[in-house]
Amino acid sequence: MPSSSVRCLPGIFFLVSLTFVAPALRGQESPYVVTYDHYLEEPGNLEIEYFSTFGTQRGGNDFHAFWAEFEYGATAWWTTELYLEGQTTFNESTIFTGYRWENRIRPLKSEHFINPILYFEYERKNGADKILKEVEGHDVQADFLIPNAEARKGHIHELELKLILSSTVKGWNFSENVLAAKDLSNRPWEFGYALGASRPLAMKASATRCSFCPQNFVAGVEMYGGLGDRYSFGLKDTSHYLAPAIAWNLPSGWTLRVSPGFGLNDNSHRFLLRWGISREISGFGEMVTRMFGGRR
Amino acid sequence: MKECIGALAATAALLIASVAFARQEKSVPYKYQGGAPVYADLAKAPEKARAKRNPFEKDPEAIAAGRNLFEQHCSECHGNAGDGSRKAPSLRAEEVQSAAPGAIFWIVTNGVVRRGMPVWSKLPEPQRWQLVSFIKSLGSPSANSRDKKSP
Repeated sequence: MPSSSVRCLPGIFFLVSLTFVAPALRGQESPYVVTYDHYLEEPGNLEIEYFSTFGTQRGGNDFHAFWAEFEYGATAWWTTELYLEGQTTFNESTIFTGYRWENRIRPLKSEHFINPILYFEYERKNGADKILKEVEGHDVQADFLIPNAEARKGHIHELELKLILSSTVKGWNFSENVLAAKDLSNRPWEFGYALGASRPLAMKASATRCSFCPQNFVAGVEMYGGLGDRYSFGLKDTSHYLAPAIAWNLPSGWTLRVSPGFGLNDNSHRFLLRWGISREISGFGEMVTRMFGGRR
Repeated sequence: MKECIGALAATAALLIASVAFARQEKSVPYKYQGGAPVYADLAKAPEKARAKRNPFEKDPEAIAAGRNLFEQHCSECHGNAGDGSRKAPSLRAEEVQSAAPGAIFWIVTNGVVRRGMPVWSKLPEPQRWQLVSFIKSLGSPSANSRDKKSP
């Protein structure tokens, strides 16, 4: 493991350890890994998440990509998130690949049949990034054949915009995301999509607190892929995935997610296994305010 | 190493900026306890929403389930007993207790986003009604004190 990754670890460890000592709040989290719905983080709460993606690689080494995610509800209409990302390519190395800062803004005051959310993101990462948090442009599995030592020399500064549309009807959530991404070096705009549908396994809550009650589970499916770029828009030379997903919201405040993903064409990785664990910390904003001498 | 410093600097900037923004928003004069404007949004519920009946009315199981949901999702802001806090108003207030169940359901579903209450439509409709059952079971402070005084 390179020294820069090792030096990052204490800071990351400190942030992740917060999840064990801070008061938790149980969320009703969706099972999506790639798709966004219109629900933002509750104001003042911080959700700390760890996600892992194991992927198979045709003609190369399989990989395990991972990220830590810090999602903060600044207000009821603005959620801001920071990601720290890394990956291990088997028989090669483990490296820190970069970070991204994303913001989601809810422009409408109340619920509608279709609820839009505006998404803005800045990414600074190297060419070895493999988390597949989104698929855009002509991203194909062969891109991951470049060895880490070489791929990490390339740097990407990217701006990404998404329009998130989401509806909840009779317990079902339907979400559609379209994305446009621009590498700030001289590369064209790239496009992609993500679609998701999910539903809790039970609509009524039980009168007793329980871990295995069906209302604690939300099941769904996602589909995502690239749509080419400004000069070659469409499905040619793009990759696409279909991924069933399930989330288990525990009364203790933890959420577990598992999602096996399947590549839909030869440009896609055959199989992706994603899983994640998260915990929501209530009143994080107030805790920080007090640390800086603010009134409670 | 540069990437690592950049990431940690971005974390610090993110936390300071978002907390500062949240503080600024909260510093706007806003009376949570007993002030009529706080509850004005209840009156904004459309007539159709107000007329909806709670399918779990007077169902003790729904109240118990609603209590669990309240503890998990609402007590952080409204207080464990629904008395309110600096962040959100009391749900025992006369304005809430006398409101139509459909109006409370409408507020839970749509939130009061500009005042900091998130939308809760991510909870399935039956769970939102269970929450309404529990909120209605809290009773107003005046009713509670009358109960205590009676022999």
